[in-house]
Amino acid sequence: MIASLASRHSWFEATARARLAGLLDPGSFSEILPPAESTPSPHLARLDLPGAFDDGVVVCHGQLEKRPIFAIAQEGQFMGGAVGEIHGAKIVGLLRRAVQEKAAAVLFLIDSGGVRLHEANAGLIAISEIMRAVLDARAAGVPVIALVGGSCGAFGGMGIVAKLCSAIIISEEGRLALSGPEVIETVAGVEEFDSKDRALVWRVTGGKHRYLMGDCAMLVEDDIAAFRSGATELLTGWTEPAPSVANLRASQQALEYRLADYAAYRDGLQVWAALGVAEPDTVPLLDRDSMVALKEGLPT
Amino acid sequence: METLEFRFNSKPAPRAADPALCGVVGSGNLEILVKPGMQPDACQLSIKTSARGFAETWQAVLGSFAASHAAGGTVIAINDMGATPAVVTLRLAQALAEYQGGAR
Amino acid sequence: MSLNDILDKLFPAGHAVAVANQVITGEATTAQGAVAVLGTTDAAAIDHAMALALSAYILDTIERHPGRPLVFLVDTSGQALSRSQELLCLNGSLAHLAQCVDLARRQGHASLSLVTANAVSGGFLSFGLMADRAYALADAQVRVMDLRAMARVTKIAHERLVELAAGSPIFAPGAESYVRMGAIEAIWPVPSASLLEEALAAAGQAAPASDQRQSCAVERGGRQLAEGIAKAVQNAARGA
Repeated sequence: MIASLASRHSWFEATARARLAGLLDPGSFSEILPPAESTPSPHLARLDLPGAFDDGVVVCHGQLEKRPIFAIAQEGQFMGGAVGEIHGAKIVGLLRRAVQEKAAAVLFLIDSGGVRLHEANAGLIAISEIMRAVLDARAAGVPVIALVGGSCGAFGGMGIVAKLCSAIIISEEGRLALSGPEVIETVAGVEEFDSKDRALVWRVTGGKHRYLMGDCAMLVEDDIAAFRSGATELLTGWTEPAPSVANLRASQQALEYRLADYAAYRDGLQVWAALGVAEPDTVPLLDRDSMVALKEGLPT
Repeated sequence: METLEFRFNSKPAPRAADPALCGVVGSGNLEILVKPGMQPDACQLSIKTSARGFAETWQAVLGSFAASHAAGGTVIAINDMGATPAVVTLRLAQALAEYQGGAR
Repeated sequence: MSLNDILDKLFPAGHAVAVANQVITGEATTAQGAVAVLGTTDAAAIDHAMALALSAYILDTIERHPGRPLVFLVDTSGQALSRSQELLCLNGSLAHLAQCVDLARRQGHASLSLVTANAVSGGFLSFGLMADRAYALADAQVRVMDLRAMARVTKIAHERLVELAAGSPIFAPGAESYVRMGAIEAIWPVPSASLLEEALAAAGQAAPASDQRQSCAVERGGRQLAEGIAKAVQNAARGA
């Protein structure tokens, strides 16, 4: 039975703070460097733009089913969740702190188009630092779980960061890619990628496609409670594997096979058919539970 | 961008321990941070707004808020991306309620 | 300058490097022994095949030549822009490449990258910026986006961006900005064996430890805030 719509709180529409409030155990949210103790980006002010006190990201300590964890939540409504100097440094600081304190996990609520162009170099370098910090956390045994389902998805450098995390939980509404469809359309033409064709955009970058292909570990409803139970389920019994040649060899081989088999495809429908989905046309209509059943029934 | 400063007399608000934040700096929206101030019967406001030339509108909206709510003893900082007066009024009420309700 | 000229100047003692599909792989001799040489050429737009060729070569090096230093030559215009590339999760292949560079570091391989011509966004993130230290040749273009495109996206007048860029490494394109911002160690006037030897020696000595780019940025007057903010988050008492 699907939870009634009235009791559902859309992750997609919620602010970063509302997502955290619903994700963590009630009363456990404890913000680090809260808005009253921080100042908006001076770089935006120099460009005559108002900033946000938290620079578009909330970093905090909290609990998930009584497990002490850290969380990072990007605010997609502020500058597209894009990473500037302060925004990036807060994330890096939190990931380092999670290592120091041997946290049980870091939940990374990604909602970002990538580098904040207004602070381009600072943003790019910050993303590089976040990449290193995520891998440092994982190497120290701290799982970093990405949660993707916001209006800005996970794009640009933040798409890379998402794929560096231990696992990704995504909703159907979530999108995960490198270049945005608008960028590809602008550079390569509308025939290459029509960014206004929403159904196509979702078949190429959307949560169902990424889940079917195995790029995301878990597909959940667009519901804050569903992300919460998904994260809890994933972390129960999770052991972060030590970085090893064997694991990366296995990923290398999987990626090479995939490229050899699917390189010519341009639409999710083609990939799904090749994966063994009998009726690929029906995928966009399936609900979350049917998607999970479909994925689990696919030949491996 | 324009920076505006206002001070209005207002009935003292119950003093809260923690600052409260409401709203997001997104298109047509704003964020409001309410902190305790030093003057119990005055509300001090500072605004950074992307829309220039609306000082009089801000004065009217904020003045009416300070008159109709007990907001004395607060310092309120606002980052605005073109919110309408209706949205500003709504967010102010939310932020003040959160500030008072958030006292621990 | 052609790739061969660059290789001859960097490795006068000899190099055996192949280029296929704009991907450089091979090895070279230095005073400090053999190094792996890999990277991209001709402003490569990094796609799955390129990323996977680089990652495979890194994994081979880790397995066959433990501890051998990695020298990356970076010439990338960014990532490939196509629907078929995105369909197969291009960010995933770039992340895989970044993970391989990171694993090499953890297994004791010193690494450095040299931007020979272009270093742009996603392509730069996936390997050049993952190395222990990055360097750039004097005429290299290092950037996220040029100012005209930036003006279009941010809707800020181009003239205004040019004016601001003059005084701000935060968003002015160019290798010099990246030096001040802590991401590039130094600019080399020309490809030079002695500068490379010095860089390799420095890379070999420094512990493979932590990312120092934030503190470098403060010393060099680039990013003034990042280090302090990161430390504040690391050390702050938990808020209310």
